[in-house]
This record gives sequence, C-alpha cells and structure tokens, in this order.
Amino acid sequence: MGSRFLDAFFKWELIERYFPAIMKGVVVTIEIAAAVVVTGIALGFALSILRSFRLLPVSALIVIFADVFRALPPLVLVLLVYFGLPNVGISLPSFAVLWLVLALVLAAFCEEIFWAGILSVPKGQWEAARSTGLGFVGTLAYVVLPQALRLTVPPITNRTLAITKNTALGTVIGVGEILNQATTAQSFAGNATPLMMGAVAYVVLFIPVVVLGRFLETRFAWRRA
Amino acid sequence: MDALAEQFFNLAIMQQALPLVLMGLQQTIIVCLVVIPLGLAGGLAFALLSRAPIRPLRWAAIVGIDFFRAVPPLVLLIFVYSGLPFAGLRPSPLAAVAIAFFLNTSSYYGEIYRAGIESVGLGQWDAARSTGLKGYQTLAYVVLPQAVRNVLPDLISNTVEVVKLTSIASVVALPELLYSADMARSVTFNSSPIVLAAAIYLVMLWPIVRLVSRLERRMAA
Repeated sequence: MGSRFLDAFFKWELIERYFPAIMKGVVVTIEIAAAVVVTGIALGFALSILRSFRLLPVSALIVIFADVFRALPPLVLVLLVYFGLPNVGISLPSFAVLWLVLALVLAAFCEEIFWAGILSVPKGQWEAARSTGLGFVGTLAYVVLPQALRLTVPPITNRTLAITKNTALGTVIGVGEILNQATTAQSFAGNATPLMMGAVAYVVLFIPVVVLGRFLETRFAWRRA
Repeated sequence: MDALAEQFFNLAIMQQALPLVLMGLQQTIIVCLVVIPLGLAGGLAFALLSRAPIRPLRWAAIVGIDFFRAVPPLVLLIFVYSGLPFAGLRPSPLAAVAIAFFLNTSSYYGEIYRAGIESVGLGQWDAARSTGLKGYQTLAYVVLPQAVRNVLPDLISNTVEVVKLTSIASVVALPELLYSADMARSVTFNSSPIVLAAAIYLVMLWPIVRLVSRLERRMAA
C-alpha cells in the first residue's frame, strides 16, 4: 500500500522529468497573477475615487459593474469572453482573456472594499478638512484616504489571494500555467506525480500570502469600522 | 452591433438551450445542497479545533486551514478527481466535488467562525459557566449564537462564493449549469447559452450580493 502510494504520487524519476515543465507553469502563473494584481487593484481604486465624487449616473454604472462582476462565477466570464469574442471579430490570446477577466473581477471587489473604507471615515473629518481650506481632492488625498486605506489592507490582501488563485482556471482555455502543465504531464506519464507537483507548487507560491494575510488581519484589526 | 446581438443575445438559441440549461440549474442546486451544509459543518469543526485546549490539535487545524486556502479549488478538484484513481479510488464527479469543496470551503468557513467566536467577550464564557452551564452548553447556547450573528455578512458572502464556485464542477463533467450551457454553446457555435447561464447566476446571486452590502453597512452603523 505504502509503496504503491509513493509510486502513484511521488515517483522520483517523474519529478525529475517534469520539474522543468512545472517551473514553466510557475513562471506563467506568476506573470498573469502579477498583471492581474496590479491592474485589478489600480482599476478598483480608480473606480472608488470616481465614485466618491457622487455623480449619480457614474456611481450607478460603477455599482452595476461591481455587482455583476461580484455575482458571476469567473469561469463563466472566462468562457464567455474566450469563445464569444472571436465570433464578433475580436481575437484575444488565451492568457489575455484570463488576465482581462480576473483583473475586472478583482477590480469589482476592490472597488467595494475601497469604497467601504472611504465611507468608514466619519463625516466630521471631511467637514473639518474642508473648513481648513483644503479642496475636495485635497481632503480626499490627505485626510480621508490615509485613514480609509489602512482599514482596507487585510480584506484587499485576502481578496487578491482568492482571485489570483483563479489563474488555475486558465487551464480550461489552454493557458500554460501550473495546473495546465501538471494535467498535461499527468496524462503523458499516466501517473499522479505531476499533479502532486502542481499542488505543491501552488502551496509554495501562495502559503506566504495566506500567512501574510493572517498577520495583516491581526496587525490592522479590520473591524468594519 | 448586430453581430454582437446575434452572438450573445440570440433569443431563438436561448429558447432552444433553455431545457438543457434548466436541467443544469437543477444539478447546480443539488450540488449546493450537498456542499454548503458540508462546508458549514466542516468549518465549525475547523474553528473549534483551532481553539482546542490541546496545542498540537490547534496547530494542525491552523496548518490545515492555511494549506487548503493556499491551494486553488480547481487544483484540489482535479487532484481528487483524476489523482485519486491512481491510488485505487475512483470517485464519481459529485463525490469528487463534495470532497474537494469540503476541504476548500471548510477552511474558509472555519476562519469566519473563528473570527466570530473571538469577537464574543470572555466575560460571556465566565458568566455562562457561573450560571451552571457546562462548557459545550456555553458554546452552543451562549457563544455560538452571538458569534454567528457577528459574522453573518461574512458567512453569507462566503456562501455566495461557494455557489459561484460550483461552476468549476463543469471541469470534471458534472452536468451543472455552466456545463450544460457550454454544451449548448459547442453545439450551436453561439455564446447565447452562456449568457443565459450568466443571467441565471445573476438572478440567483445579485439579491444576495446586495443584501450583504446592506448588512455590512448596517452593522457598521
């Protein structure tokens, strides 16, 4: 039983043979994850700032965007964009589809978190700042955001982790990330060792972020102020 | 513009696909009814273990929670579905989904319960014990009801995530909502069935997403 188990999941020669492929997947995963994190958080932040101007039509559009992208499963969006757009003349490579969808989903969640942070700053702070002669933008930049952003660090970290993990969905549309490399190798090798390697690669990649999130949660003590 | 409407909002194709998509919806609901209670129960177990009076147990629970939060659910699912057969176990798609989701969602629910339990003051424990309640009674009748109420928005929003997550069951050929819609898409070469599925997800989940936002704001006030 023991040796059979080792043979199925930890076969040394297969680990050696497929290590380069898995590492290639790791690089692709990191590249896409980095692009998603940067663009998603930046877009979410920009939208929350835009919403703080409280122009009704603009705010309504932002709320609809955020709600739709928070309510739809990312895999649905991936398939929709990947199979739908080529038929209307827009052809995106699969990694671009994955990046686009995940960045929009992350932006939707981040917008809500940043907005909750901005709302959590008491009205008196706005009034006091304005009465000292700061303009709207100055108040936002120097008084409100520094207080608001502190509270948003832990939820943004956790949400970012949850969404970057979705890079694994890329395997469905053939993005050569870790899971894709692992399943391909598994079907060639007829052995579960590459899958185990893929899982280990994810754990090594993401455990530091999980632990960081745990640390930030106690450090910033987010109490939905 | 016409091509766009033709490709994504083709009513004739949607109508054709509707029976298949509704059968998928039924499967999605069945999957939810299996995985949500399992996750809620497993999460409670994780949370209680992570506060157990025995240190190795506590550590094991926390390592477990962090481990399963670091592995993407799709990786877990594929591992269970196509990895376990190499060890001689051959789970059905539904069983594979149940196992993978149990591990993933329990760890998320576990963290939420833990935060809830920690939000209840220690004085509540002392007061309850001093009235003669036993430890498990204190937990069940005094602490947990308050803990759950304190983290209710998080529990609900995580449940929304779980419902959304059931869409990955399509990857292991469980004929749920997205799988059925994608079948219809590959037959008709038209994305309207997936738009239909997306609309169904929206109708199911949008009200809950709104509710969570409102609950969060009310608790803040």
